[in-house]
Amino acid sequence: MIRFEDVTVTYVGAERPALRDVDLELPEGELTLVVGRTGAGKSTLLRAINGLVPHFTGGHLEGRVTVDGLDTRDHPPRELAHVVGMVGQDPLAGFVTDTVEEELAYGMEQLAVPPEVMRKRVEETLDLLGIAELRRRPLRTLSGGQQQRVAIGAVLTMGPRVLVLDEPTSALDPTAAEDALAAITRLVHDLGITAVVAEHRMERVVQYADRVVLLPGDGVVVSGPPAEVLAISPVAPPVVELGRVAGWSPLPLSVRDARRLAGPLRESLRLAGAPGAPSPDPLRPGAPPREVALEARKVVVRYGDVLAVRGVDLTLERGTVTALMGRNGSGKSSLLWALQGSGPRHAGTVAVQGQDPGTVPAKVARELVGLVPQSASDLLYLETVDAECAAADQESGREAGAARALLDRIAPGIAGDRHPRDLSEGQRLSLVLAVQLVAAPDVLMLDEPTRGLDYGAKDELARIVGELAAAGRAVVVATHDVEFVAHVAERVVVMAEGEIVADGDAAEVIGASPMFAPQVAKVLGPPWLTVSQVVEARLGILTGGAR
Amino acid sequence: MTDRPGTRWRSYYLPRTLHPGAWWVWALGLAVAASRTTNPLLLALILAVACTVVVARRGDAPWALAFRLYLYVGAFIVLMRVVFRIVFGGNQGGTILFTLPTVPLPDWLAGIRLLGAVSAESVLGGFYDGLRLATMIVCIGAANALANPKRLLKTVPSALYDVGSAVVVALSVFPQLAESVQRVRRARRLRGGSGRGLRALRGILIPVLEDALDRSLLLASAMDSRGYGRSAQVPQGTRLVAGACTVAGLLGVCVGVYGVLDGTTPRYLGLPMLVVGLALAAAGFVLTGRRVRRSRYRPDPWGLAESVVAGSGVAVGLLLYGLLSVDPTNLHPSLFPLNWPQAEVSLVVSILVGALPAVLAPPTPLTVDEIRSAGTRHTADLVGVAP
Repeated sequence: MIRFEDVTVTYVGAERPALRDVDLELPEGELTLVVGRTGAGKSTLLRAINGLVPHFTGGHLEGRVTVDGLDTRDHPPRELAHVVGMVGQDPLAGFVTDTVEEELAYGMEQLAVPPEVMRKRVEETLDLLGIAELRRRPLRTLSGGQQQRVAIGAVLTMGPRVLVLDEPTSALDPTAAEDALAAITRLVHDLGITAVVAEHRMERVVQYADRVVLLPGDGVVVSGPPAEVLAISPVAPPVVELGRVAGWSPLPLSVRDARRLAGPLRESLRLAGAPGAPSPDPLRPGAPPREVALEARKVVVRYGDVLAVRGVDLTLERGTVTALMGRNGSGKSSLLWALQGSGPRHAGTVAVQGQDPGTVPAKVARELVGLVPQSASDLLYLETVDAECAAADQESGREAGAARALLDRIAPGIAGDRHPRDLSEGQRLSLVLAVQLVAAPDVLMLDEPTRGLDYGAKDELARIVGELAAAGRAVVVATHDVEFVAHVAERVVVMAEGEIVADGDAAEVIGASPMFAPQVAKVLGPPWLTVSQVVEARLGILTGGAR
Repeated sequence: MTDRPGTRWRSYYLPRTLHPGAWWVWALGLAVAASRTTNPLLLALILAVACTVVVARRGDAPWALAFRLYLYVGAFIVLMRVVFRIVFGGNQGGTILFTLPTVPLPDWLAGIRLLGAVSAESVLGGFYDGLRLATMIVCIGAANALANPKRLLKTVPSALYDVGSAVVVALSVFPQLAESVQRVRRARRLRGGSGRGLRALRGILIPVLEDALDRSLLLASAMDSRGYGRSAQVPQGTRLVAGACTVAGLLGVCVGVYGVLDGTTPRYLGLPMLVVGLALAAAGFVLTGRRVRRSRYRPDPWGLAESVVAGSGVAVGLLLYGLLSVDPTNLHPSLFPLNWPQAEVSLVVSILVGALPAVLAPPTPLTVDEIRSAGTRHTADLVGVAP
């Protein structure tokens, strides 16, 4: 179906090719998962399939890419629209019209499909993706999962044989991600569509994949059955890592496979006892109480008629990492902004060091509570990293070089003359973190920081967050990423409809939750959250045995 | 077979959205009627007709709810006209209402007078003028409230399709820009900025512009991969001819319209130029349109109801034009001497024809109802499944 013959892609001004000598054949009706670290060329590979590379992006493509027998050299993306459906990372950015129905029809209008056929296909697609009741809704009012399904539907109506999806679930909460993935697998199974999916959160997709294409980072690709490729992949979902640690063969790809193999491991872990928490557990009775960093009482946030946060009480302690979870639109961001003082707060009190960040000037508020917003790059506006650092020093009245020193501690080796936009997602996040930390706030809040980060960058972020907490700060991370939460958080707060519905020890709250449980917990049962805990426990067994 | 007319009436009266063109023709008919007269009675009647129809037949979409804005703009125009007459000396006629102290101006501003005596004739003159303009604006507002402006853009001839989609995309950019400005301003506060002053402007402008550029690139690539701009193969020559025809034709139309409206231009620059220009432009459109191969999803059909709505508007325009040409006494109520404006029965009836769509147009479906009925459908399913 899709064939890459000796393809090398070089962008203008790049030192090395983004893809090098790629020979690849993706047969019809398969779901292919493309994995690799950020910048390894995943997007280039996907966009070469429908000719956006090089027709739209520029650059030089050697070799041949053919889709369903059509050469992308002679067919620009618009002429391939009826063969390849392309869904981008941010569905909202790709919408052309305003309402669901018009969006579904847009592609067909371009292909001059007769009106009667169009009408029928729109209805079929609405049913196929389960969005019939949304048909007249404005696209901006849909939730993330609904938008993603509409975006899939909008290319599906053109009747493509190939569906290309770039990070379809990266911005979605676990439930919405399941919805979107269920829709995709259904298309592959029922309609025989060939799907190519790139996804950082492999744990969500790998179990459905027929083939994995790995981009190790130097422009080449490795393609094969998932179990084989993942055995050598530098990035792998927790369930695969667990399999590697336990030495299972064949390597399990889904929680279900792993659970079947996990009997002996579970038994030996039971002997080893409960996992040691990453740091002393603040919620365990008997532990010395920690100093309170932030105390919020009855916080209410409303937008017009909508109550985003309904009377939330929250106490944050120094030295603790708290994860704030909940589905999209449950009020997480509103709560963070209200606590920081920059967002609206209609009732309630917030106290940090005896001051209310909502009533003091913005300059003082950021010395009390630092917030890294969801679109972190909104905070950056200068041409170089050094200029941003200098501006941050000035803004918070620190000696020159303070921000730069912080940045070097967080993420060493970022050249000062680079433009913030040219940094990788993880580096940019580090820069924003440094800018916010210069003010030395007691409380640091991160809103969806793992968006667009690969496993390596996420580990790095986990390390930084751990260090900040160890230095005595209270850190709050609002995120959908359960695996990240399992790594960093001691305490988990779950929100729904603007209220806190669960608050407690991470292992208790997410370990027992059907939606938020990390893969290791699903395989081994509640107290075990991460692979590293299992590794430590096994080391304990071994050394214990030697004694 | 006896209930045939009843069924037909019922199927005619099914709730649906009308072709946007019908409402625009209706509204333009009313606006033309309003432009013919300064008689406040007739203008008030036209306003009342427009408001009645809007209230009876608008939906609950955002553009429909913006009608109030047009009414405010209308009121503002009337007010401004009257205020200007008072400020810049309104003492024509003899009926002085009140006298304000005159502001002395230097000699080189001779001919302009500030404040001073204010006559009823001047104030009324301003009021009539303002009311005429306000009525025309409210008529346009009524069209906007009754028909989705974007659907109107979709009905443009296919030669103008690209221009149409550019306008649609541009329109959707504004709310996005506003959103992005708000987001970035909030983010500025996080860095301790006040959100005011030149430095803050730079801090807001650059991220917003970067965001807008990113978005437009993403949108362009999405549109490209969804087939936007696919075209049939047309030889270069035909394309050139089509382009030349369109440009020359539109120029001709401009000159022609000027010629028709301005009595001092030579005759051959008037109507003949207009006709030739229109013909050339039409030829250009047809030639360009042939290049575009596209279909339209759920095009709005033009049915009986559309003809009724459009016809009522055209009728008002024509009737007023005709009646006022025959007997222009009611056209502009006399200010010198000051008289009560009069309105003949025939004129009143003619204008009331414009209110027919309030009853005769099929009702507009409301999205609220749709959501509610979808909700009950959903619960009915649940109840059905439950044991």
